[in-house]
Amino acid sequence: MTSSLTRSVVLALLLLFLVGPFIVIIAASFSGGDTLAFPPQGFSLQWVVKVFMVQSFRSSFALSMFLAVFATFAALVLGIPASYALARYRIPFGETVRTVVSSPIIVPGIIVGLALLRYLVVPFRIDVILALFLAHTALVLPYAVRVVSASLDNLRSDIEEAAVLLGSSRLGAFFRVVMPNIRGGILAAFILGFVTSFNQVPVSLFLSGPGVQTLPIDMLGYMERTYDPSVAALSSLLAFMSIGIVFLAERFIGFSRYV
Amino acid sequence: MSDPAYLSLEQLTLAYGDTVAVDRLDLSIAQGELIALLGPSGCGKTTTMRAIAGLLSPSSGRIRLDGRDITRVGANKRAVGLVFQSYALFPHLTVFENVAFGLRLKGLRGQDLESRVRSGLESVGLSSFSGRKPAELSGGQQQRVALARSMVMEPKVLLLDEPLSNLDARLRLEMRTELQRVQKETGVTMIFVTHDQGEALALADRIVVMLNGGVEQIGTPEEIYNRPGSRFVADFVGFENIFRLDDGKLITEAGPIAIEGTPPDGATGLAWRPAMVELDRGPFEGSVRGVSFAGGTREYLLDTPLGPIKAEADASLPVHDLGARLRFALPVERAAPLVRFG
Repeated sequence: MTSSLTRSVVLALLLLFLVGPFIVIIAASFSGGDTLAFPPQGFSLQWVVKVFMVQSFRSSFALSMFLAVFATFAALVLGIPASYALARYRIPFGETVRTVVSSPIIVPGIIVGLALLRYLVVPFRIDVILALFLAHTALVLPYAVRVVSASLDNLRSDIEEAAVLLGSSRLGAFFRVVMPNIRGGILAAFILGFVTSFNQVPVSLFLSGPGVQTLPIDMLGYMERTYDPSVAALSSLLAFMSIGIVFLAERFIGFSRYV
Repeated sequence: MSDPAYLSLEQLTLAYGDTVAVDRLDLSIAQGELIALLGPSGCGKTTTMRAIAGLLSPSSGRIRLDGRDITRVGANKRAVGLVFQSYALFPHLTVFENVAFGLRLKGLRGQDLESRVRSGLESVGLSSFSGRKPAELSGGQQQRVALARSMVMEPKVLLLDEPLSNLDARLRLEMRTELQRVQKETGVTMIFVTHDQGEALALADRIVVMLNGGVEQIGTPEEIYNRPGSRFVADFVGFENIFRLDDGKLITEAGPIAIEGTPPDGATGLAWRPAMVELDRGPFEGSVRGVSFAGGTREYLLDTPLGPIKAEADASLPVHDLGARLRFALPVERAAPLVRFG
């Protein structure tokens, strides 16, 4: 009895720890007051409305969206063939390649950001948006390779041979029988990559330039200037967006099987 | 003189790095034959099959099919079908689309495609399953889809990798009959790989016994079963009492032992199945170390001066107890003479 009671208490505390901040933010979003505070003072939708009025939020949201979509797309274009090669062929130093590809997950973002700034952006005078795009592609690549590799490992390679014996070329077999069977994994990798890129802070912090900021960086800056609840409102909106995406992904492809 | 063989392997050699999987293999197969490649794992039978399919390229040697050298022809252009051991159905496609896959690549569309696929599915009795996905079928049904998928392509040679090994006993008999029927109706040249001598004996017109990357013996099932050419083949098809022969004497654990009768010329060894050992009479004596009941017969393991001997007696005869001393004979005229004793 005591042990099950203890367990319940620990579980409740754990849940509170995980969900608590989220509840605070949501509550603060609908605050009637004009500073970020909890418990909220009264109720209003003014901060939610204000989010859509702030010009910089609109442009940084557009940039973050653009980066998330295209960097993830680029990471998949690189990552799918790479995963395929790693899964199907005995590549010299294959394990090393895997580790190097995964390194952006392990190396702290701040180091990646600094390194990219110091050795890519400054010496080559790369455009801010291009730099962000390259950095985000590199950051998403490990997720793409990892998730797609997991799908490929579950797919028998003899179906490709079967396709070839039925008259398909090797490349044709890849598109006809491999791609359709790892579709779920690719979609899962896309969602994971999208969310990773969209929420990325440290690397973007180093690479953002004047007037070109991703949404999370813009939010940080906004909070330094203005301490009103609109950041909370924006955070809530983003959280619901992420929840929505993951919910749909779970519903249609069984997202949790892949990550 | 033209080669009468439909499919021939000439000095075929396949190596993985330093490991030679198939070593200078020569093999000729006539059109419409049903051939079994039989051997233990690692003997090179699967490698040989994959080379015929074009999935592996030989290090040296040639493969000819229907008068054409196909050694360097891509697997997708050989007109060779392969039914994989795992069936390798496309999991995202329906049964219909699995069977239609190769035909679509050939450019068939509409009515032509439809009727070819339908008749393919009909011939394996799966017409009513055309809308299902492979995962919704039993193993036996999946295999028949794989068979139909290969057969609708009208291959010159159909290869089957361990076609019966994943099936239970009842389905095994069914599939065996099915394969024989398909082979008879279409006249397709069939080669199947197996490690199960029973399968090979029951199904094949000719058996190619392989060992260490080469052909050990080729023969009809009767020949392989009754006149194994080597110690390895004899052992593989169930001869359990095998002795080297030297100067007309059996070489045993206790040294050379003379036997009655004259072994055939050229024999380097003699082999007896347990059933060929005559019990209760003869020049030798042994004591019963083990008895096991096998339905119609009883199998005895005897400790003898020749070493352990396995013998078989009708189960209706009274059983001999453990430790009992039995006389027995190894009749030379019934033994299989072994040409090679490697």
